[in-house]
Amino acid sequence: MRIKSQVDFWSAIVFTVVGLAFAMGATNYGMGTSARPGPGYFPIILGVLLAVVGLFVLFGSLGQEPLEDERIVSPVWRPLLVVVGSVFVAGFLLPRVGMLITLPVVIVLTALASSEFRWREALSLALVLTAGSWLVFVFGLKLRIPVMPTVF
Amino acid sequence: MDLISNLNTGFGVALSLQNLAFALGGVFIGTLIGVLPGLGPVPAIAMLLPSIYTLDPTAALIMLAGVYYGAQYGGSTTAILINLPGESSSVVTAIDGYQMARQGRAGPALAVAGLGSFFAGCVGTLVLAAFAPALAGIAFAFGPAEYAALMLVGIIGAVVLASGSVLKAIGMVLLGLLLGMINTDALSGVERFTFDIPELNDGLGFVAVAMGLFGFGEIIGNLNLPAQSREVFTREVKNLWPSKDDFRQAMPAVLRGTALGAVLGVLPGGGAILASFAAYALEKRVSSTPERFGKGAIQGVAGPESANNAAAQTSFIPMLTLGIPPNPVMALMIGAMVVMGITPGPKVMTENPQLFWGLIASMWIGNLMLIILNLPFIGIWVRLLTVPYRFLFPAIVCFCVIGLYTLSNNNFDIYLAGVFAAIGFAFIKLRCEAGPLLLGMVLGPMLEENLRRTLLVARGDWSVIITRPISGTLVVLAALMLVAALLPSVRQRRDRAFGG
Repeated sequence: MRIKSQVDFWSAIVFTVVGLAFAMGATNYGMGTSARPGPGYFPIILGVLLAVVGLFVLFGSLGQEPLEDERIVSPVWRPLLVVVGSVFVAGFLLPRVGMLITLPVVIVLTALASSEFRWREALSLALVLTAGSWLVFVFGLKLRIPVMPTVF
Repeated sequence: MDLISNLNTGFGVALSLQNLAFALGGVFIGTLIGVLPGLGPVPAIAMLLPSIYTLDPTAALIMLAGVYYGAQYGGSTTAILINLPGESSSVVTAIDGYQMARQGRAGPALAVAGLGSFFAGCVGTLVLAAFAPALAGIAFAFGPAEYAALMLVGIIGAVVLASGSVLKAIGMVLLGLLLGMINTDALSGVERFTFDIPELNDGLGFVAVAMGLFGFGEIIGNLNLPAQSREVFTREVKNLWPSKDDFRQAMPAVLRGTALGAVLGVLPGGGAILASFAAYALEKRVSSTPERFGKGAIQGVAGPESANNAAAQTSFIPMLTLGIPPNPVMALMIGAMVVMGITPGPKVMTENPQLFWGLIASMWIGNLMLIILNLPFIGIWVRLLTVPYRFLFPAIVCFCVIGLYTLSNNNFDIYLAGVFAAIGFAFIKLRCEAGPLLLGMVLGPMLEENLRRTLLVARGDWSVIITRPISGTLVVLAALMLVAALLPSVRQRRDRAFGG
């Protein structure tokens, strides 16, 4: 037996592992009985169901001939790392130094995800978007967002 | 007549200066996101949510609804002009619409899509106004068993209408339901799967998950695709008005599409997509010249475009009357209603008649605004098509971050969205559709509560769900849908409809 569809194979692994993890974790919360279902009752049932679905997908993914277009193509790592990274940077900076510093940093950082990155474009985009965001969200909608760094 | 006096109330609300402004704002933003490639209604509405929480609920919902059906309009513009459907329900419009554009008939294609959508939107709104009260009346007799069964239908609907493998879609729904279990259990007060993180006590933030999966995840996915060269038929959009012949051919298609869309839109799980595919198939079947389809047949634009817009209106029926979201956009709207202190369900109509009828009337006005916004100003929208993606995605990230922070003035939601960005990209790679997961997550706690109540009342006897007449019918319906989707012959046709 070989893996016919890589895409389905790894989906199946995810389903099975996550399903079992939820089901096992839920046993701590008390299954209860069908007449008085406890907090663990539904997570256990759903977790087991997910694992079963995972097994079905797993069987379907096995076969003799590997299918070429069901192969997982190696991702381009740069967009993934840069976008996720900049979101985390944004989460870290925003409450600490305020949006007037966070936004330009995050916008330039995010723009790095594209292979067509140009400094001049990214900087002007950062300028326009930061000013626009301040106008719309702080000045216009009066949302409570930290604007400047908090000085101790 | 009740309907007329109700609509009267509705127009009274919708025609206030404030609500007109929000309807206009909504359809404007909707058209914008429909036209801009790589930005769909789910992240757009998620971005808007935090800013509208402070608004009056009626104005907020009027605006969100405008974004939703406005995006259906904008999506067809890109489908026709650059063969790139801005919305999944415009996929079939691209087939004949783009061919028309290549033959220099982009103007009539856009006009027919717009006018057809307008007509369909009006009819869809009327259907909504006429049938919603009746359905809400039935819903008052619903107990927990019926609600649970209804949600089951919704979940199965999402599975059946997701593209790709049915089995994987079931897995995604179950995964979503499980993610919905991360919270403090409503009945016992036990904290489940929270890992002592206080922010998780109220459950995973729905908006943060949606933005992570659909906003950030899709950005990463888009940047993974090779850059495409797009042929934009900008200069050709001169002669807008369709000829008499065009009208004669398009009219019956519009009528058929509207009827089909109005019916299919009520189905849970994404009626607009199904409706446009079904309308295209129908037009091809009834046409005396089926060979012209795929080569610029105007019926191939008129039918599906009317169908998806009619469906977009009638998909509000289950949301407004039963509190059950038929698609992720409606799920976001339900989330918004809950935050603003309105419990979605049959009581909305009796307790907030201003909101209910105001929203319905605003849809009619919004459709009129869309036609005015789109046809004369098409040139401006077309120019937006040429905005390069490298300017667009940093802007999306920027607005999402602000929106996420203001949700609860806490950076936890930003981190959460970051995590789900990576997960969302993994799903794209594994070809698992995230829509069903989101729906499962919203319905999870509701489904659990209703099922547990059912079991408590029935003393642990699961069979009540089948033996009570309404819930039994619904369960059978769900089962039939699932079996049908798994049948090989239906599966092949479904795969073909979704393009393999």
